Amino acid sequence: MKVLAAMSGGVDSAVAAARAVEAGHEVVGVHLALSRMPGTLRTGSRGCCTIEDSRDAHRAAGVLGIPFYVWDFSERFKEDIVDDFIAEYASGRTPNPCMRCNERIKFAALLDRALALGFDAVATGHYAEVRYTADGHPELHRGADLNKDQSYVLGVLTEEQLRHSYFPIGATASKAEVRAEAAERGLSVANKPDSYDICFIPDGDTKAWLADKIPMRPGLIKDRSGEELGTHDGAMTFTIGQRKGLKVDRPAPDGGPRYVVGIDAAANTVTVGPREALRVGELEGIRATWCGQPPEGIGHSREDGIDCEVQVRAHGNTVPARAWLGRRDETPGADGTRPAGQHVHVALEEPFTGVAPGQTMVLYAGTRVLGQATIDRTRSLDPAA
Amino acid sequence: MTGELPDRSAGLTRRAGSCPPGRPLFRQCLAARRKIDCVRAYFDHAATSPMTPGVLATYTEELQRVGNPSSLHASGQAARMRLEEARETIARAVGAATPAEVVLTSGGTEADNLALKGLYWARRAADPARRRVLLSAIEHHAVMETAEWLEAHEGAELHWLEVDAQGRVRLDAYQETLERYAGQIALVSVMLANNEIGTIQPVPRIAELARAHGIPVHTDAVQALGQIPVDMSELGVDALSLSAHKVGGPVGVGALVLARSLSPVPVLHGGGQERGVRSGTLDVAGAVAFARAVQDATADLPARAAAMRELRETLIAGILESVPGAEITGSQGMERLPGNVHMIVPGCEGDSLLFLLDSHGFDTSTGSACQAGVSRPSHVVLALGRTEDEARATQRFSLGPETTAEEVQRLLSVLPGIVERARAAGMVSATPSWAVS
Repeated sequence: MKVLAAMSGGVDSAVAAARAVEAGHEVVGVHLALSRMPGTLRTGSRGCCTIEDSRDAHRAAGVLGIPFYVWDFSERFKEDIVDDFIAEYASGRTPNPCMRCNERIKFAALLDRALALGFDAVATGHYAEVRYTADGHPELHRGADLNKDQSYVLGVLTEEQLRHSYFPIGATASKAEVRAEAAERGLSVANKPDSYDICFIPDGDTKAWLADKIPMRPGLIKDRSGEELGTHDGAMTFTIGQRKGLKVDRPAPDGGPRYVVGIDAAANTVTVGPREALRVGELEGIRATWCGQPPEGIGHSREDGIDCEVQVRAHGNTVPARAWLGRRDETPGADGTRPAGQHVHVALEEPFTGVAPGQTMVLYAGTRVLGQATIDRTRSLDPAA
Repeated sequence: MTGELPDRSAGLTRRAGSCPPGRPLFRQCLAARRKIDCVRAYFDHAATSPMTPGVLATYTEELQRVGNPSSLHASGQAARMRLEEARETIARAVGAATPAEVVLTSGGTEADNLALKGLYWARRAADPARRRVLLSAIEHHAVMETAEWLEAHEGAELHWLEVDAQGRVRLDAYQETLERYAGQIALVSVMLANNEIGTIQPVPRIAELARAHGIPVHTDAVQALGQIPVDMSELGVDALSLSAHKVGGPVGVGALVLARSLSPVPVLHGGGQERGVRSGTLDVAGAVAFARAVQDATADLPARAAAMRELRETLIAGILESVPGAEITGSQGMERLPGNVHMIVPGCEGDSLLFLLDSHGFDTSTGSACQAGVSRPSHVVLALGRTEDEARATQRFSLGPETTAEEVQRLLSVLPGIVERARAAGMVSATPSWAVS
């Protein structure tokens, strides 16, 4: 098939492209330029989006003997990822920009263009596997290296997107193996450091970067009963579960430490409470999508729900849970915000600690990704909540 | 001519086998692991041009000789003689008053840097009030970035001269600026012909107006050389940038043709070569090859230009006829470079067009500036009053003297299908699919 290999300039996507070539596909490499001003994003060799990364990708394509282009997606990236990230934080939510990038750039804008230009699939260096069922439906599964598994950030893919997604290194046992293979193939990126943080935040300091973009408004810190305990410089600089940096002069009645348990961006208040208040037993998600075929037999009540496992962070733990469908909301907000879509309810068998609205919950059945939803509400296990 | 694309849409068909004999070296499938299609057509002469067999022979022959022109022994003197002959040839070809006006450089970018920085520094040193630089809004990056550097670091005040919808400098506005600030202007720099859209500027008139105020005028003639007459005295300019590789010479060689009356502050310091304005060991082989290339390119210029112009008109007519919505930018007729065709195809991402053309065997350009290979909306197209989306939807075909009618026809035969496909792929700025569903 004709494969468009998205090459970030890192080792994973280079080896993915190499394997696609070796598998006999007709491969073209493409690097996505995501910043209007290369160099204003992260500098050095740590992440993506720099001129150096583009050169690394170009060089890798040269070694593989495939054509290579740089496509400018900076405009889309700014609107859909960076601006969205800022807006989400400004509303007191905690978004996952990598997931959003997969949803809107790599497997949407890029895939759309690739298909229109005559390609059959987009290949990336993600650690995840697409497998097909006997009746020809694609399923997304965790990567073989569970330490590197990236199925969580791909949970937004739909069946149609999965059909055109190709993850050549997903079944590789370890990252070390990928690096060794890169070295063997003469790819100079073999020893390039991994990228960890958000690619458009140069030094990894999200709070400082946001403080620059979102006007800071001082507000109140309250406890769950509404009692005022102190003030803060800006609600969006806090995250659920945060303990440090709270300017609260009075200790809690029981003398225990206080944690951020709620952020109300509209009222600009931060709510604090004991650790127990962070323990979450139920989640409500919106804009749910299924990663392939919808799970069989899922209904609209807990009794008609399905047993699954839930993960709420890219490399977080999973807990067993029961999931069922909520209502379906197709009305956009008055301010033009997107409709909340399909709601999903999840009852956790073991609590999560410190889950923030805006985070994505991904539902699994074993290694298979069932789907995902954006967490809109959480219910604390603490009866005092 | 519209029609179906052959099934090589993703550009992956690689033809093995040998190249047709008699092709210039650059087109042959060399040992590169990426098998470049043998039946490619080169439509990117504005980026660089193939070295002709004559220039190649001259160049390689000269490379075999030893001798630094600054050395005093027989080998050095022989090298000096060949260098000065080359200088004289270049001077004659571009109408320089004396060969001494030709200051050899490493190319067009260095020539532009020397002209702008050198003249700005010299004029400012002579009169601290002279800090203003007038330049067209559609200059090449070598001029634009140099001017912006002077603004950021040397206190220059830049006046970007407006252009009309075809890209011609508005003379009335220019004249007004000139007269208002005459006593404070360090220099004027307006390119002779634009690299993206091919528009030829009224440089003689621009120079004439500046001369009345004793203000030096520089013109970047890199794209014009070998396409239209380039004559220092007829243009009336004081400084003129040239590059060898745009006319079949080697990369890394160029010249600033500079009136003897001007003494720019050097950018490169060292052994004092080239009137002390440009130090560095002289590249004899480069100069000799450059001279041969300029001579070849200008000797039969009228015929050469007429042939290119004819192909250009065929291509333009074919585009307008067969590509729905396509527009040709820039000036037309004699006010456009004979080898330049630049189009806007609304709704088509330039990147997509380039990719599809490349995969069909055509070397083209989006025409805009590149940073790390990324095309950005071009400042030139934006200066014409076009939108960002239009500036992204461009493609440039630059023809050379060896371009054939067959290549133009072949291009026209695939272009409608390619445009159709690129249009289906849409614009990056368009509403994405996720928002529609």
